[in-house]
Amino acid sequence: MTIAQTIKSFTLWEFVKAHALTLKYFFKPKVTINYPYEKNPISPRFRGEHALRRYPNGEERCIACKLCEAVCPAQAITIESEPRDDGSRRTTRYDIDMTKCIYCGFCQEACPVDAVVEGPNFEYSTETREELLYDKAKLLANGDKWERAIAANLEADAPYR
Amino acid sequence: MTLQVVAFYLFASIVIASAVMVILARNPVHSVLWLILAFFNAAGLMVLLHAEFIAMLVVIVYVGAVAVLFLFVVMMLDIDFASLRAGFVKNFPLGIAVALVLLAELVLGIGAYRAGALNLGAAEGTAAPIPMTSNIESLGAVLYSEYLFLFEAAGIVLLVAMIGAIVLTHRDLRSPRAHQDIGKQVRRNPDEATIMTQPAVGKGVDL
Amino acid sequence: MTEFFQSLGLTFEAAWFIATIAGILLIALPLMLAVAMIIYVDRKVWAAIALRRGPNVVGPFGLLQSFADGLKVFLQETIIPSAANKGLFLIAPIVTFTVALLAWAVIPFGPEAVLADINVGLLYVLAISSLGVYGVVVSGWASNSKYPFFSAMRAAAQMISYEVSIGFVLVCVVLWAGTFNMNGIVLAQLGHGFGIVNAFAFNLLLFPMWVVFLISALAETARAPFDLTEAESELVAGYQTEYSSMSFALFWLGEYANVLLMCTLNAILFFGGWLPPLNIDLIPWFDIPGFVWLFAKIFFFFFVFSWIKATVPRFRYDQLMRLGWKVFLPLSLVFVVLISGYLMATGHYS
Repeated sequence: MTIAQTIKSFTLWEFVKAHALTLKYFFKPKVTINYPYEKNPISPRFRGEHALRRYPNGEERCIACKLCEAVCPAQAITIESEPRDDGSRRTTRYDIDMTKCIYCGFCQEACPVDAVVEGPNFEYSTETREELLYDKAKLLANGDKWERAIAANLEADAPYR
Repeated sequence: MTLQVVAFYLFASIVIASAVMVILARNPVHSVLWLILAFFNAAGLMVLLHAEFIAMLVVIVYVGAVAVLFLFVVMMLDIDFASLRAGFVKNFPLGIAVALVLLAELVLGIGAYRAGALNLGAAEGTAAPIPMTSNIESLGAVLYSEYLFLFEAAGIVLLVAMIGAIVLTHRDLRSPRAHQDIGKQVRRNPDEATIMTQPAVGKGVDL
Repeated sequence: MTEFFQSLGLTFEAAWFIATIAGILLIALPLMLAVAMIIYVDRKVWAAIALRRGPNVVGPFGLLQSFADGLKVFLQETIIPSAANKGLFLIAPIVTFTVALLAWAVIPFGPEAVLADINVGLLYVLAISSLGVYGVVVSGWASNSKYPFFSAMRAAAQMISYEVSIGFVLVCVVLWAGTFNMNGIVLAQLGHGFGIVNAFAFNLLLFPMWVVFLISALAETARAPFDLTEAESELVAGYQTEYSSMSFALFWLGEYANVLLMCTLNAILFFGGWLPPLNIDLIPWFDIPGFVWLFAKIFFFFFVFSWIKATVPRFRYDQLMRLGWKVFLPLSLVFVVLISGYLMATGHYS
């Protein structure tokens, strides 16, 4: 061991140097965003909370073809359907178990009418498990709430599909 | 004064109760923990006698170190309670004999002390506290002058015990087992521990 | 304080009793508050060094984060594993917490502001801090689960090892101060360094001991880089693995109270406790109450502790043991001899 090394190890030189470095970092500006008040931009293809969309005239898009139910790898979707009074086929039940969902996006890929989509919302934590078992009313309400963002995202992504 | 009496009876009764529990507890770990409680309250009694230095030493040495090692060992034991109790009846007479011998010695010792056959320091139990000097000073003054030889002898006994323990547990370094030379690890520096290369495609690095 | 209660017409015993209880509360309650704030400081410092923001939502600048966490933990269910030794499992966190509070009885916050001004103050602190290991060991054993048990074994070995070198460092300080009384040690530092600095740490013989003490204090309280008792990459959460709710919170509070105690000891033993840093009267240093100086020093040392935590990686267990037994123990022993030799040679004791 050289003399320089001996002096270094006895004066804990490397520890002192490391602490000087961390002290420098202590005063540097923070790189993380101030999350609940600031958010990162997200891709138009972001797969977040599910929603059922409507046509501009208020008619719900879903035609109960059950393609999403069939393709769902986690079997999170449950659909029951009946003809409506006007003869068109509509769902009477459309449930998504959000605790099963793996957010793969197959349901929105399978949907022929762009009815079920995964929107940009990712902040929907709940206090009980039951609140995560979404039913048709909740999904339609999501669609109404996020329609503008969803429509903009679909349009932004359209040229690449 | 009343407060001291209350404290004395509290500490004393806890010492006796926990000492009894040391014997009665089924689980050896519980026994050790009761023993620790007994030590701790014994230290409390020492404080009441104005022997605070001894009290702190009891806590530091017995509670803080010795009992921890007891606990350490007892916890590691894999005890089969059935086999522990198996020899109870067979060994019962022997146990009773040992207990009787100890009891007789205690009675004789206390009896002789009470009778004053041997004049051991102050007659009435505790030595009177020396006024105006702290406990530590008076203890040091006696220990390093009058009892210097005994003190050093006790030190030597402890040293021998320590060396004995080391010899018993020492493993020969020459035996073929992997061990690391910390000095060698510390002496490594970046120049000899790393190489900077720019390997050509498909060539790899020569080590 | 006893005189005050006696002046209200109480007998001496009753007045003494009430005064002692009041004194205990006066230390314990602010200590709890300080622990809550110090957890916040720890998280903030660690975050800042990692270029993060740290807690900043609950209350102004996130100041109330610890209280929110406390409330959350308070409302949780206490889960006792079915295989655990129930009595000991519940007693262990209480022991940890109580022991962490006990040592504060002899800490002087000012010339008169000390609950128990006993002659063997420093020995008392050493005795109490040696009890801290029981909470960890008992919890590890009572959990009846392998990771807590490993953690308990590690903690026992680690704390005993570093208590030895801490003991010798304290002997060095006591040799120089000539007393075990905490206030006496503080007063011995008046103008000690170069005649103007009120600190033992600026003494060439005691400075290495201060470094040893600082590092041993980190190991004694199982803080990074010596947090092997709860090394999460190896032992899940160590001895706390099976704990939840208030019993977990008690461990947490006890641990940080111990860290604060070590910072306080650093300030009292080596940096002049409640004395102002310099012994010159250019500005009226001595008019500022002593506890302000003491708190400033404690806070500084806690910052140092957090700073170290954020900087150095965790030791390996054999390295920890080697440092304790093969480096610190011989070093502190040599310094005990050196310091007592120096004091005898210079006629410090006459």
